[in-house]
Amino acid sequence: MRVFYLILFAAITTALIIVLDTPLPAGTAKTPRLGYFLSPQKGFWQNAEAANTEFNGELKLDGLKGKAEVYFDDRLVPHVFAENDADAYFVQGYLHAKFRLWQMEFQTYAAAGRLSEIFGEKSNGTNFLKIDIYFRRLGMVYAAENSLKAMEADAQTKEALDSYTAGVNAYINTMNEGDYPLEYKLLDYKPEPWTNLKSALFLKYMSYDLTGGDDDFEMTNAKAVFTKTQFEKLFPYGQDSIQNIIPKGTHFAKPGIALKIPASGDSLYFNYKEGVKVPAKPVKPDPDNGSNNWAVSGSKTKSGKPILCSDPHLDLNLPSLWYEMQISVPGYNVYGVSFPGAPAIIIGFNDNCAWGVTNAERDVKDYYEIKFQDSTMQHYLYNFEWKKTDFRNEVIKIKGQPDRVEKIAMTLWGPVMYDKSYPDKMHNEKAYACHWTAHDGTDELKTFMLLDRAKNIDDYKNAIVTFSNPGQNFVFASKNGDIAIKEEGSFGAKWRRQGDFVMPGYDSSYAYTSIPDSENLILQNPARGFVSSANQYAYDTSYPYYIGGLSFEYFRPNIINRKLSGMQKITAEDMQQMQTDNYNLLAEMARPSLLKYINESLLNDDEKKYLDIFRSWNLRNDATEEGPTVFTPWWDSLKVCMYQDEFSVTQLPLPDILKTNSFNTTLLHALMKDSAYEFADDITTPQKETMRDVVTMAFKKIIPVLKDAEKRNALVWAKFKDSGVKHLLSIPALSRFHLFSGGGRGVINAYKKYNGPSWRMIVQLTDETEAYGLYPGGQSGNPGSKYYDTFIDKWVTGQYYRIQIFTKENMQRQKLAGSMTFLK
Amino acid sequence: MKFIVAIFLTALLGYAAPLYFPWWSFAVTSAVIAAAVHQKSWKAFITGFIGMFLLWGALAFIIDVNNEHLLSQKIAQVLPLGGSYILLILISAFVGGLVSGFAALTGSFARRIGAMNQDIA
Repeated sequence: MRVFYLILFAAITTALIIVLDTPLPAGTAKTPRLGYFLSPQKGFWQNAEAANTEFNGELKLDGLKGKAEVYFDDRLVPHVFAENDADAYFVQGYLHAKFRLWQMEFQTYAAAGRLSEIFGEKSNGTNFLKIDIYFRRLGMVYAAENSLKAMEADAQTKEALDSYTAGVNAYINTMNEGDYPLEYKLLDYKPEPWTNLKSALFLKYMSYDLTGGDDDFEMTNAKAVFTKTQFEKLFPYGQDSIQNIIPKGTHFAKPGIALKIPASGDSLYFNYKEGVKVPAKPVKPDPDNGSNNWAVSGSKTKSGKPILCSDPHLDLNLPSLWYEMQISVPGYNVYGVSFPGAPAIIIGFNDNCAWGVTNAERDVKDYYEIKFQDSTMQHYLYNFEWKKTDFRNEVIKIKGQPDRVEKIAMTLWGPVMYDKSYPDKMHNEKAYACHWTAHDGTDELKTFMLLDRAKNIDDYKNAIVTFSNPGQNFVFASKNGDIAIKEEGSFGAKWRRQGDFVMPGYDSSYAYTSIPDSENLILQNPARGFVSSANQYAYDTSYPYYIGGLSFEYFRPNIINRKLSGMQKITAEDMQQMQTDNYNLLAEMARPSLLKYINESLLNDDEKKYLDIFRSWNLRNDATEEGPTVFTPWWDSLKVCMYQDEFSVTQLPLPDILKTNSFNTTLLHALMKDSAYEFADDITTPQKETMRDVVTMAFKKIIPVLKDAEKRNALVWAKFKDSGVKHLLSIPALSRFHLFSGGGRGVINAYKKYNGPSWRMIVQLTDETEAYGLYPGGQSGNPGSKYYDTFIDKWVTGQYYRIQIFTKENMQRQKLAGSMTFLK
Repeated sequence: MKFIVAIFLTALLGYAAPLYFPWWSFAVTSAVIAAAVHQKSWKAFITGFIGMFLLWGALAFIIDVNNEHLLSQKIAQVLPLGGSYILLILISAFVGGLVSGFAALTGSFARRIGAMNQDIA
């Protein structure tokens, strides 16, 4: 009997341990291993950082060349003092890992198409395998490998990457199970050693985020549905009255590359009849990604010295994309934000100058139809010859399942993204290769390393000239008074509409080369006293090459330029106000037409009340205004009422009416100038609707939404918008939701629901630099740290921190969150 | 006295073992202690349970106070315990106690069989 009990209790104990050491199903996801997770010695309790923690230590680590010291200020921003470049990047890698390891590894897993390793095929309603397959077939790993080759071919970049990787691994090697960041424990996996390739993958993730969107298939379908006239009305090239980055009237020299529309162009490409089914995309970059930057010269400032401002708009996440720091090495001091995952400071300032970036929004991703000889895909047609296909095997490991191998055909255009083996069936049996400048082996890191050390405008020009993808507008200002801006990147020399549609890959005349850098123009010290960019067309349509795309912004650039033109004796404080300004230019331009067209005789008292809110609105998207709560849904409703009927004549997907930025200006211009706009008619009804009917109907359709908001006491904009900063895994408890904030699409403070100014920086280049900045996050990626979301409340209310390059002695006199010494 | 000593030893070794071995390694030490310290079976269970319940409870409590409940409140939403850090501490402690209690019960029966075999010899 005793033996029976012994066996029974031994079995119960073992079973208990096994159950508590196994992730259990919970809905469509899995729990952590609960025994491990709840263990105060190993599990999440170990991530509960004591509120009075000081970050001190003396570390002896292999791989250092000399001594480095780190002083954490009271916001946990490290000020790193190293004796040489390599050690500085080593320490940067160590700090990124110490405070941000999970996110940096997670983002490289995403970029490399490896999420199924963590989550399995599906979890919590997301099909991770589909996402992985998409990224593999897009050639993300191929692109990272190409760029790694280029980066490692440069001695300086290679040293930076090697040191950075060594620093990350030095930290990883000190960890035990209990030290793993919380998310590893939640998802039950372990950190793996860092590599230079992972840094390259991270940078490709940024390329994807900023240039990975495309509408080529949707536009090809649109071409099949609409007549040429209609098409040109819906997707016009250029915008009236847009303030280009390079001002209108600039003379463009004779182009270095002669553009020739292929002989088959009219019959094959501009045929406006044949559609293709769009392969479903499991992921898309946020179309709200964008940015503002500008610099004003001393002629317009109170101090007589330039001021530079930069605020990149990206998805706002916790942990934040950015990590703030100072790096000091004999020869230079630099301060700004870095990417956990890569060496160098990306946006910032040094002792001589400051710089910032906005996204170029240009179309650098195209598709070519591939004709294979047979189903083996061994050969494909190119200029009446059969070319041999290369194949690339991408092995996707899936948790709990056998590996899946993606055999990807590689052509001279790029990887064949879509073919019969792609899980989303196309209605045709065609194959399409993706041609994307991110595939080119380029060294973008070099640009930032050189900017970190730049002393003057020549150094700036030299730093950015090799920058390829994602194309960026680099704004610059220096203490000796120069300001400049240049859209830099590898952009195709295209003829009008080239790359808007899928192109025939068997005809080399549809290929293009890059625009020579001499034709990427710089605007330097213009007489008007400022330079600026906010994702608009860099040039007007007289630029010799076609700048296609549907993402270009109209309202932010124009309001920025209007404000800057009118300002004099500008101070850093003025710039803070401007950078967080909520004036809605779209509403200013649209309101007269909306009020003109709305048929008030058809509105009841309730509806009139909402209209009055709009009528008397001060046109500002401030948190407490009610006007934007009426205008924003009305505007979206109007887009749908205007175009949905025409867009519904086909089952084929067309560009998204609500998400495609160009529809804002297209609709606005129609509203202002075209009272007989042909799209106003609802083609599904026998009668002919007018602008007046559509505007009124669009308004009536939003009334239930407004009434519901009013019932919830959420008519003020901040409550209606209900913004937040989301944890990368979208776990509510680790996110910050319901932030009371103004802003929105098209205003300078471009804070939409979860996307907005991810870093606000203002640098006045006086002899002693006067700089301000903050990002909506915190320096620690650990949800159990008090530094996790420290900056959010201040960011929401439009306040700034003073940010400074300090000397070691300065730091020693300050109240610190800790200091660390690194020794070899 | 034995009871108190056994609880103390359970907590002490239950703390030491996971420093070097997996989180559940305290099950082994709890079983060994129950085999070494002769008590009735039900008492062995309670000893094992209380030893680890107190250890995990105390460790979690100290960590939580120093952390000002920052993380525990978040995890108590993830798990989902309605955001109650007290419940989270109690559940953590209970899990440690339960495994330890059953391990101690196993150890206690192992001892009896050992003793029985000795009697036969």
